[in-house]
Amino acid sequence: MSATQTSADSAVTAPSSEGPRDPRFAPPEPSPARGGRARPLVRYVVLTVLALLFISPLIFMVVTSFKTPNEAASSSPTWIPNPPTLQAYRNILTSEGTPVLRWFANSMVAASANALLVVITAAMAAYPLARMDFRGKRIVFAVIIATLFIPPVILIIPNYLIVGELKWLDTIVAVIVPTAASAFGVFFLRQFFLSLPSELEEAAMLDGANLFQIFTRVVLPLSRPALVTLALLAFLTNWNDFLWPVYVLFSPESQTLPAGLSTLQSANNVRYDLLMAGAVIASAPVLLLYLGAQRFIIEGVSRSGLKG
Amino acid sequence: MAAAVELADTDARPPGRARKGPGVAPWVFLAPYLVLFLGFVIAPAVYGFYISLHDYDYTLPGKPFVGLDNYAKLFSSDSVLFSDFWNSMRATGIFTLFSVPLLLAVPLAVALLMNQKFWGRNLFRAVYFAPYVLGVAVVAVLWRFLLDSNIGLVNQYLGALGLPDSVAWLTTTPAAWVSLVGVTVWWTLGFNAVIYLAGLQDIAPELYESAKVDGANAWQRFWHVTIPGLRPVLSFVTMVTIIASANMFGQSYLMTQGAPGQETRTAIYFITDTGLRNYQMGDAAAMSYVLTVALMLLSIAVFWIFREKERS
Repeated sequence: MSATQTSADSAVTAPSSEGPRDPRFAPPEPSPARGGRARPLVRYVVLTVLALLFISPLIFMVVTSFKTPNEAASSSPTWIPNPPTLQAYRNILTSEGTPVLRWFANSMVAASANALLVVITAAMAAYPLARMDFRGKRIVFAVIIATLFIPPVILIIPNYLIVGELKWLDTIVAVIVPTAASAFGVFFLRQFFLSLPSELEEAAMLDGANLFQIFTRVVLPLSRPALVTLALLAFLTNWNDFLWPVYVLFSPESQTLPAGLSTLQSANNVRYDLLMAGAVIASAPVLLLYLGAQRFIIEGVSRSGLKG
Repeated sequence: MAAAVELADTDARPPGRARKGPGVAPWVFLAPYLVLFLGFVIAPAVYGFYISLHDYDYTLPGKPFVGLDNYAKLFSSDSVLFSDFWNSMRATGIFTLFSVPLLLAVPLAVALLMNQKFWGRNLFRAVYFAPYVLGVAVVAVLWRFLLDSNIGLVNQYLGALGLPDSVAWLTTTPAAWVSLVGVTVWWTLGFNAVIYLAGLQDIAPELYESAKVDGANAWQRFWHVTIPGLRPVLSFVTMVTIIASANMFGQSYLMTQGAPGQETRTAIYFITDTGLRNYQMGDAAAMSYVLTVALMLLSIAVFWIFREKERS
């Protein structure tokens, strides 16, 4: 490790030369096998190739959606549509069996309503679990967390019957309400509430505020970043949900976009121009949301793996 | 989605809050969530078991009690369901066996590459994560196109490289498995990588420094600092990935439709088709319990493995 070149540096950074030198101040490892300069370059090459692998399918999806049926079915794929056309969009937006605009509206309503319901119920539940003492608190929290590990398959058949009993089958309520009890949301917000200093709440209590006022006027405003993150994650999850809508929404006009894409695929088996136009419509809102709120989404996900 | 959940700090109470008991207040706050939770999580989990004990055909008026017959059918080779069910369990098993190791190792490699400060790091992270914000429907419809054996981009480029260019990626095995696993890795790699990256950043840099001072090489530092430091995150990612893989549905439903034959029809696919297309809900419920028990045994094994490592 102690190469000759380090002596100049260490004279500046570590005046007392005894004891192990802090390696943070050492120059890049002068490993003789691979030159110190080559490694960042290798990293960039690997990362860039990988990035292309991730992004090019999405670009090709968008490109294909602007092609004519002939060009989309051509066996020598092109990356620039020639001529570019809106034909595919016009086609699927006006076709009767596949009411794409209706699906879009359904998805918007369902994902927004579900996100709102998730955030409200999870925040209300997380507050007493973080801040109050009461009998049964540990059990309630433990049972909620335990359901994180229940495979969802076990709920599908009975929930179908429950939703049928409630006369919600084939209505948008079926994709809004049953998935709104978010155990992750309760866990996530409870951790956030625990991290808030309790002095503000105590001050509000001394001023005579009741618990509900403290919750809505002190806790929620302080928690805006966490609430936004949870709302975004819930919106994305609901927007993308596939299995449940495929089975509970059967008539074309009640479907959401993912279920609709499946309908679109059965109706236009290899008309890839149409399928890619549908895929673009189904992914544009979430990709835009991702572009705008990337930090929130990634932070939210990365925190889900830690103790909180 | 939460891993190392500690219940220990549940008792942490803010000072001065326990003066008088909160009375019914906590339950008022909990009520809306609990209504949904009991109605659509707890009740169905129990109701499902009740259904599995009945010959529950949705379309017929009578739903006679049959005890454990629906379960017995799944384990006796002369029943109609037997081979279909176990074929679908086999499909789920194959998919899980190949996708889980890849989804544990590749994202870790990506996270290690990104676990240093360098220009453009957040941009790369955002790009790798991007497919994850898409739904399985978009991903599957897109890749069915790219993997089309005649006009798909994959075969075109393989041909351009002088490799076999007529692989039927979606209609023959093992190619269909390569497709399903590959697409899933493409889709969810970013999720695991982001969680790994957060875990890596939690490892104290001093540990690496003292390992270096002790003369540990990069490989030794990886095994003796990175892996132990990542243990809780690793067990979380393993668990979540196993559960997600075992619940695979959309990829097979949209990309291969179970083909060839029913070889890539997964357990979830077969269960939902049996219960919600053919309305044999008793059978479907019994199958979903068998799958759940299998998954739970697997989860216990995973917990046990990670616990062993902790002791040594």
